[in-house]
Amino acid sequence: MTKSHIKVTINGKVVEALVEPRTLLIHFLREQQNLTGAHIGCDTGHCGACTVDMDDMSVKSCMTFAVQADGASITTIEGIANADGTLSALQEGFRMMHGLQCGYCTPGMIVRAHRLLQENPDPSEDEIRHGIAGNLCRCTGYVNIVRAIQYAAAKINGTPFQEAAE
Amino acid sequence: MNEQVKIDLDRAERAEKLQGMGCKRKRVEDIRFTQGKGSYVDDLKLPGMVFGDFVRSPHAHARIVSIDTSRAKALPGVIAVLTAADLKPLGLHYMPTLAGDVQAVLAEEKVLFQNQEVAFVIAEDRYIASDATELVDVEYEALPCIVDPFRSMLPDAPILREDIKDKMTGAHGPRKHPNHIFEWQIGDKQATDDVFAKADVTIKEMLVDHRTHPSPLETCQSVASFDKVKGELTLWGTFQAPHVIRTVVSLISGLPEHKIHVIAPDIGGGFGNKVGAYAGYVCSVVGSIVLGVPVKWVEDRMENLSTTSFARDYHMTTELAATKEGKIVGMRVHVLADHGAFDACADPSKWPAGFMNICTGSYDIPVAHLVVDGVYTNKASGGVAYRCSFRVTEAVFAIERAIEVLAQKLGMDSAELRMKNFIRAEQFPYQSALGWEYDSGNYHVAMQKAMDTIGYRQLRAEQAEKREAFKRGETRELMGIGISFFTEIVGAGPAKNCDILGVAMFDSAEIRIHPTGSVIARMGTKSQGQGHETTYAQIIATELGIPADDIMIEEGNTDTAPYGLGTYGSRSTPVAGAATAVAARKIKAKAQMIAAHMLEVHEGDLEWDIDRFRVKGLPEKFKTMKEIAWSAYNAPPPNMEPGLEAVNYYEPPNMTYPFGAYFCIMDIDVDTGVAKTRRFYALDDCGTRINPMIIEGQVHGGLTEAFACAMGQEIRYDEMGNVMGASFMDFFLPTAVETPKWETDFTVTPSPHHPIGAKGVGESPHVGGVPCFSNAVNDAYAFLGAGNIQMPHDAWRLWKVGERLGLHA
Repeated sequence: MTKSHIKVTINGKVVEALVEPRTLLIHFLREQQNLTGAHIGCDTGHCGACTVDMDDMSVKSCMTFAVQADGASITTIEGIANADGTLSALQEGFRMMHGLQCGYCTPGMIVRAHRLLQENPDPSEDEIRHGIAGNLCRCTGYVNIVRAIQYAAAKINGTPFQEAAE
Repeated sequence: MNEQVKIDLDRAERAEKLQGMGCKRKRVEDIRFTQGKGSYVDDLKLPGMVFGDFVRSPHAHARIVSIDTSRAKALPGVIAVLTAADLKPLGLHYMPTLAGDVQAVLAEEKVLFQNQEVAFVIAEDRYIASDATELVDVEYEALPCIVDPFRSMLPDAPILREDIKDKMTGAHGPRKHPNHIFEWQIGDKQATDDVFAKADVTIKEMLVDHRTHPSPLETCQSVASFDKVKGELTLWGTFQAPHVIRTVVSLISGLPEHKIHVIAPDIGGGFGNKVGAYAGYVCSVVGSIVLGVPVKWVEDRMENLSTTSFARDYHMTTELAATKEGKIVGMRVHVLADHGAFDACADPSKWPAGFMNICTGSYDIPVAHLVVDGVYTNKASGGVAYRCSFRVTEAVFAIERAIEVLAQKLGMDSAELRMKNFIRAEQFPYQSALGWEYDSGNYHVAMQKAMDTIGYRQLRAEQAEKREAFKRGETRELMGIGISFFTEIVGAGPAKNCDILGVAMFDSAEIRIHPTGSVIARMGTKSQGQGHETTYAQIIATELGIPADDIMIEEGNTDTAPYGLGTYGSRSTPVAGAATAVAARKIKAKAQMIAAHMLEVHEGDLEWDIDRFRVKGLPEKFKTMKEIAWSAYNAPPPNMEPGLEAVNYYEPPNMTYPFGAYFCIMDIDVDTGVAKTRRFYALDDCGTRINPMIIEGQVHGGLTEAFACAMGQEIRYDEMGNVMGASFMDFFLPTAVETPKWETDFTVTPSPHHPIGAKGVGESPHVGGVPCFSNAVNDAYAFLGAGNIQMPHDAWRLWKVGERLGLHA
């Protein structure tokens, strides 16, 4: 199959590659770029385990062709930690609040929450719940994921952490 | 500061440093998982690795007339196409199931359920493999199918399993019909029938625990790599029980067990889905042996939901007999169990219906009788324990729904009826009518605490007012109060009655202290999100006085970990957790001898103090475990073998019996059928609590899965045997928006036979949650004469209830 040339900025690094037109972005990231943090959970766009940030939007990379990412800037879970390698506020929040168990949905969930907090730095619990409704978690029951995001929001905003009211 | 206060502070500080049992230790696993650095099966990339994909049957029941693989093989990039004809000479076209049946790896003459595996295409990449599956030409001759298990044993029913049609004795005794698998009976039939004949009040209800699927977010997958030169196979896979998989692979492939390296890396949730052995694992192994290159197989979601291991599908005719005062005097249950096309239930081998005989629940019921008939249908095989010990969700659903039906018939409050019939604290250890010995419990206390906390009386008063308001037409909302009081049976189990394919259900721990006092420990279990790397270390920390952060836990590699039966049925803490404590105590005993030598005192003159042995009466004379470790290697007492390590294979003397009291307050809109959970309160008693943070997380997760099962999740088939909705488009997995908020609480009744008193908690919330939701729905409609409303309770079905009752304008 004829391959297409793409140029993508991934976690701040410019990458050029040849991909088949039908190659999904998730497979390009996982198999060609060895960025295995984003996962495949459903193949139908429902679970959000494959979520990456593309041009400041949360994108389900199993619903996106790699060629669609040509010229785009992508952040994956591998690009979320602080520049000095320490855990970002969100990553720390997920750990502190026990917002993960098997870890399979976690990269997509954190990348989604990262965008959510850019869009809405001080979300209510209800806004968080709706904001992550495109990401399924089978383990946690979401209570602690909501707390994790609240924890991160508070840390980023420099406000005391408290569970937000509805 | 006086001396005693200083000593106490020092001890408290030392204890805190350990992060041992009882503390909310943050998880070790999260460092890698939050950075996308987990290592799951599909992350593996090996040189020369190729990909397998299945050709699957579009029919539920059909004869295979021909298979033509030529077009597929001609596609560039396709390496091989395996069919039953290729596997048969190797004796691998069928594989043994855990339940004593056999299951087709690739269909030979017939297909028996939709999406059954027919051929395995191996290609250079997953896209080409997928393309090629569509180029395999299979000609089928459709046959009449059986979808309704009540039709399986009709005289004119089509025979499904032609491979065993003349074998009228199965793994569990005589078969009454070619589509019958087993009949399993327990209890005293005569005495039970007698009690029912004379009882003041009896109830009988068909309770259906419908077919669903555990559906972890990561599907089942494997990578097999066969080294032709060494004759060794390495198999990575999503295995909840890696050691058993190694034994099974050895038995069916003929490869010696020591030349098989099974590795379960990080697993993205299991919930029972990843206990069994599947066609994909076998085909990846065969592919690699034949081709000499690594073969990867990854299920997609539709394959996962429609082929690998459904759960439930129990049709339970449940009867209770009671006095008019509400004392239950007997229970009688008949279950029709739909096992699908092959009996691939993941139960201990002697238990064809799992531990369904825990169905007398938390109540002192003097006599009971249970019969389970398993039948074949044209559906996927399985019958796994979806986040529960074997068939315990089904059992608890039966008793907890039945007790509500009885309460209604007696005109008695169902909480009061439960209180009246609970096994009393002084009756433990308690022998149940169906053969179990409950280890410990304090049911009245737990129930009372739950009722007081939620304000049960006030809620009933509010409900009474709302019902009147509804009758007056002032509201269109119904209020339901769901209760469940469950007793689980977990931690399988004692060798006398628990084995899998002959392997006794012990589990194991091996602890090695390094000279500097840090530790590596390995267990025979396998975490799929439960946080074993964190919690096992806490047990060792408390037992040995070594900080949990200095203890590394490893599981899943069969070359390095001691043999164990794996993680399911809430058995990790009850069995491997016990092994961990026992192994640690062996080390501690040796450490005491070394410390005595170091301090030049008699062993009996020493006492343990958090992280050290000290001389009785002379607290300033002590040796810490760290110091002892160094001596163990470099200056052991004369005639003592150097080193400081121990292994324990723990065979539990009994199961453990966690319990809990759950309450659900629900408001249902009669006109839309939309049910809103206003409040859900879960009180769990799992004995000794190792990490309260992780326990709470387990309860949240289990409740969410219970909510899904009760309120919508279902694997449904049409009359042609087409599986309906095998994708996340239709299969209900609640998002953060639908999921209720959970309140948790606890009491602590340690297990008397477990070394640290722990009982296991991962599955309780699911087991207790499902009937609690269903009871809330049923309770909401009860005053309208709705009768029994079957699960799942999605809005469409609840709207239909309103329609049936003439509640809509």
